[in-house]
Amino acid sequence: MHKPRMQLLASFDIASLQYLDESGQTTQALPDFATPDTLVSLYRQMTLARMVDDRAVKMQRTGQLGTYPSSLGQEAIGVGVGAAMAKEDVYCPNYRETGALLERGVRIEEIYAIWGGDERGQNYRHVCEDLPLSVPIATQMLHGAGVAFALKYKHEQLGEPIRAAVTSGGDGATSKGDFYEAINLAGDWKLPLVVVINNNQWAISLPRSGQTACKTLAQKAIAAGIPSLQVDGNDVIAVYQAVLEALQLAHEGGGPSMIEAVTYRLCDHTTADDASRYQPQEGVKEAWGREPLRRLRIYLESLGIWGDSQEEELQRELKEMLEEAVRVYRQTPRDKSTAIFDHLYGTLPEAFIEQYQQLQGDS
Amino acid sequence: MAQITLVEAITQALAFEMQRDPKVVVFGEDVGLNGGVFRATDGLQARFGHERVLDTPLAENMIAGIAIGMAVQGLRPVAEFQFMGFIYPGLDQILSHAARYRNRTRGRLSCPIVYRAPYGGGIHAPEHHSESTEALFAHIPGLRLVVPSSPARAYGLLLAAIRDPDPVVFLEPKRIYRAVRQEVVDNGEALPLDRAFVLREGSDITLIAWGALLKETLQVAEQLSTEGIEAEVIDLATLKPLDIHTIIDSLEKTHRCVLIHEAARFCGLGAEVASQINEYAFDLLHAPVQRVTGFDTVMPYYQLEDVYLPGVPRIMTAVREVLEYANGGAA
Ligand SMILES: Cc1ncc(C[n+]2csc(CCOP(=O)(O)OP(=O)(O)O)c2C)c(N)n1
Repeated sequence: MHKPRMQLLASFDIASLQYLDESGQTTQALPDFATPDTLVSLYRQMTLARMVDDRAVKMQRTGQLGTYPSSLGQEAIGVGVGAAMAKEDVYCPNYRETGALLERGVRIEEIYAIWGGDERGQNYRHVCEDLPLSVPIATQMLHGAGVAFALKYKHEQLGEPIRAAVTSGGDGATSKGDFYEAINLAGDWKLPLVVVINNNQWAISLPRSGQTACKTLAQKAIAAGIPSLQVDGNDVIAVYQAVLEALQLAHEGGGPSMIEAVTYRLCDHTTADDASRYQPQEGVKEAWGREPLRRLRIYLESLGIWGDSQEEELQRELKEMLEEAVRVYRQTPRDKSTAIFDHLYGTLPEAFIEQYQQLQGDS
Repeated sequence: MAQITLVEAITQALAFEMQRDPKVVVFGEDVGLNGGVFRATDGLQARFGHERVLDTPLAENMIAGIAIGMAVQGLRPVAEFQFMGFIYPGLDQILSHAARYRNRTRGRLSCPIVYRAPYGGGIHAPEHHSESTEALFAHIPGLRLVVPSSPARAYGLLLAAIRDPDPVVFLEPKRIYRAVRQEVVDNGEALPLDRAFVLREGSDITLIAWGALLKETLQVAEQLSTEGIEAEVIDLATLKPLDIHTIIDSLEKTHRCVLIHEAARFCGLGAEVASQINEYAFDLLHAPVQRVTGFDTVMPYYQLEDVYLPGVPRIMTAVREVLEYANGGAA
């Protein structure tokens, strides 16, 4: 049979980045930021994220919190992303980002408020201009693109300093149009946007393999014409470094990039889920061998800067902090009834005054 | 003073506000060099540059979504959808996010966005180009929904919409984009939102409509006038939040009411207005409120478009019934 001659028009490679392997061994020279102090601080923040999650799940089980999406096992991504961002950058997160929120300065009691059904938890105006978390999948990535446009615009037209937007989402999010539309536009308009994909292998019960025939999620960026990379999402050093580089590119006017951070969700999808129905137990066991906290601790120990006493001291300090936050959360009275109207519009239109008055005196 | 059309008034308002406020950016499909398929953004890119008047890739959900990111960062995005029939891919972003950011963040972030779309039938367009599904937006808490019905109101209401701190869905009745010319003073003066406009005073019956159908509604009023029946005509203009006071004030004079809209009847806005009249002004009524609407069907291809659209005869029939009910309802 005649075989037509064809020309190769495009080809691509997907690189992967790791500094610290599963056993806590370095696989290459560490980047400059990785001083003992920084590494200890990252370890501290990952430990805190895990404790905040753990406590949230316990509070949910005892009726003190609503449905909660734990980030157990993927703390390196949230903490790495949050730590690498400049304070002035703007984060547009999905809902499973406790570690990143803490890094950004959102208070523990605010995170509990959000999942405890109180919108006031998303009014963290004291720390940053970050967006509230987004529950509909991938929608926040378009907000991120819009924010990135605004930041670029305000820099170029209004003379504001250069800033960038970072948006995150799960592996499931890469199946949605919002994701494609965001990276497509960001590439076309060279927006200062960093897209971080939290590939935790599951979108509720659907494994990563059921989401796409793509070999990597990072390669989806190729179609949008933007650079991408896969990182070991359990290696906080790799996440931090990748985000740092992506942000540098964005800050320098080099446009968007995408990072696929590979990890594994070690918990139920949310407290309303039972992962044992679909997650093979061997897979979970294996994944525990790769989790991010243990490997960094081993490495810190190998440097001689960490041991049982430091660990105990850290646990004590964080527990105290957590208890205080839980106390504040529990003691915060619920918002007044009229609050459901207070922020519906800038000022309450006349048409709603009658309904508003029905609630007055109800508080 | 220049006599301009409704679509020219849109352009003029956009230009005025872009000149006044560097945070206003305009974007959508073909809005740049081409000036929009209806030319609503004609000349803006040449005047304000490619950084402020942007042709987007073809993705409505994206257009709706990036507007949110821009707005929460303090810009004043004005996003154009080519036709209302193509706004649906963006509904998720508009309903789930634009309408909610202020509330979700307890006032920390808000979405001062205008989502513009030409809407309505009567221009012999292909399928999906003639929709009148404004009730979808009217139902959503946190949105404003505005429909101008003349060049002057298009100018003033669009300025108000851009300056409003909350998201506004601004539907432009394309059937009357070029139907009339009117003197519009380009002085940057906005008209109030959330207010209905009394276009014609009368004491015998209140006719309520918005957008393109005010043309037929006013024709009916003129015809009635020759018979000595004076109709009061109200342009709802802001469909949400609804200005029920102006309607009640009118009913105190007329005691009779006909609601006219192009959208399908079921769960259409006429149902809401009738229901509010029932709640607040039942005692004023001398006859049940009647609705003249589109049918509960798909908007037909253009050969049957005139069957679907309410016209003068259907409005007149309803008006006569309401008037006669008062005359001899008991008989
Ligand atoms: C648009 C939309 N559809 C469905 C859901 C329900 N839902 C919540 S989380 C989820 C899976 C998301 O998986 P992924 O994007 O991989 O993120 P992960 O939860 O694993 O972090 C689904 C289907 C939703 N929130 N939004």
